[in-house]
This record gives sequence, structure tokens and C-alpha cells, in this order.
Amino acid sequence: MAETVADSVKLIATSPCAGLLPLSIGTMTASEEPPAALTSIAAYRGQEDALSEMLKTAHGMGWPKPGRTTGKEGARALWFGQGQALLVGPAPDPGLARHAALTDQSDAWAMVRLSGAGSQAVLARLTPLDLRRGSFKRGHTARTEIAHMMGSLTRLGEEAFLILVFRSMAATLAHDLEAAMQAVAARTRL
Amino acid sequence: MRIDCPCCGSRDIREFTYKGDALALERPDPDAGDAVWNDYVHNRDNPAGPTRELWYHEMGCAAWLVVTRDTVSHEIKAVELASAAKGDVA
Ligand SMILES: [Zn+2]
Repeated sequence: MAETVADSVKLIATSPCAGLLPLSIGTMTASEEPPAALTSIAAYRGQEDALSEMLKTAHGMGWPKPGRTTGKEGARALWFGQGQALLVGPAPDPGLARHAALTDQSDAWAMVRLSGAGSQAVLARLTPLDLRRGSFKRGHTARTEIAHMMGSLTRLGEEAFLILVFRSMAATLAHDLEAAMQAVAARTRL
Repeated sequence: MRIDCPCCGSRDIREFTYKGDALALERPDPDAGDAVWNDYVHNRDNPAGPTRELWYHEMGCAAWLVVTRDTVSHEIKAVELASAAKGDVA
């Protein structure tokens, strides 16, 4: 049989922020998170408790309350909107589908970690969210506006944040992060 | 201006989208007749004072909210989930 185009073309997977990150400016670094399975989970009506139990059994984390995360590095659930969570890391246990609608969102989001002294000041330039530690603590998460894009923001530590925007917006996020990091670094040098 | 979303807490106006009078939640019966439907689709009061409006927390939790706002002072007196205000309105 003759060789087809498909035989001769080699497709190479690239991550959402390939060629854009990492970026280190002053004390701050923006880097792409390692690729992970992303699954949105929306509980069926009245199934919230059963779903939370199943999440605990299968993945060792409960259902996150609004604005909160559960789990830990490598296997996390982010509250992701009304009645919705995003499972980050493990492939979802098929049993979850008995209690919730599961949607594979892997590759759909650019996932960036911003860390180092000044990170909160950088985000303060990009989001209207109240980032002060009293109101946005480690483990807190929010759906909010990030540089005019809808996104998800999570505090991972004192000066460490997880940022998610649609994959198609990765270049915009990297651009706006760079500008804000430069501005914060410049003020530090004054 | 800030809106206290029952789901997310107090958030900046930039996260929300305005829809219009919460009258939209009171959809008439399909057989209510032309006059009632005409009123529902086209006619809105324009009060100076308290109004009930629909706002969408588009950049946040994606909930529809019923916001009681004074159009003169912009004071917001109450915010509730539209789904709570009206059964199962999505
Ligand atoms: Zn909200």
C-alpha cells in the first residue's frame, strides 16, 4: 500500500505554555505546571454527599466547599464554580461517574505557578480579587478575572499561586505576567 | 461598586454582567395571551429607587443573582441566588 500523508507526518505534543515560560524576573518566577489530567466534576442533584465519599475513597480528598481546595500537591480538587470542582492530577476513578458529570479538560487550560517574594503584588496588578492573607489564605481558591480573562486563582503558599486560564489565552497570560513582574521588580529596585 | 455574591463573597463589579429587571424570572403562562406576553417581553418600568435586577457572576461562580439595588444611590440592599429566588432557574 502506498504511503499516506498520515504515515509521514509526525505530530509532537506541546504544552500550553511551551516557548512562553519559565520566566524569572527579580525574585519572582512564573513556570508552567507539569502536565496533569484535568477533569471537571459536577455533582448530580442530591448526590453531593455520595460524591464526596467516593472522592475520598478513590482519590483521598473530599469535595471542596466554595472557594476552597482539597487534596495536596499532585492530586488536588479545586472548587471551580457553582456545584463544580476541577480534579487536578489523577485520572478520575470511573466510579465518580455514578454521582457526577465528568468532563475531561486536560490540555484545555494553561496552568501556571507564580512564586517568589512579590508574587502577590504582581497578581494585585492583574486581578480585582482581594488577595490579602486575611481573606485569601493558603488553600483558598477563586474564579475571578485575571488580566481581563476568566480564570482560576489558588494560593499555594505565602508567595506561591496557581493560575489557570483557557489554553488559547496562554500567550496573553505570559505577556501580562511578564509586564507585571517587571513593574514590581522595578519598584523593588527603587 | 461591589456585589456580595452569596457563593463567592464580596466581589468587584468587573466580575459581573448586567441582564435587566428580575421580571424576567416571572415568565407568563404560554396561554396568557398577547397583551401579557407583550408586556413581559417589551415593557419595563424605569424607577428612581429600589429595583430587583438580574446580574450574572460571569467571571466568578457563574451564578445568576437577584440584586436589589437603589438606582438613585446605587446602594445594594440584598443579593440572592436566582435559583433560590425562583425554584430552579438556571
Ligand atoms: Zn459568585
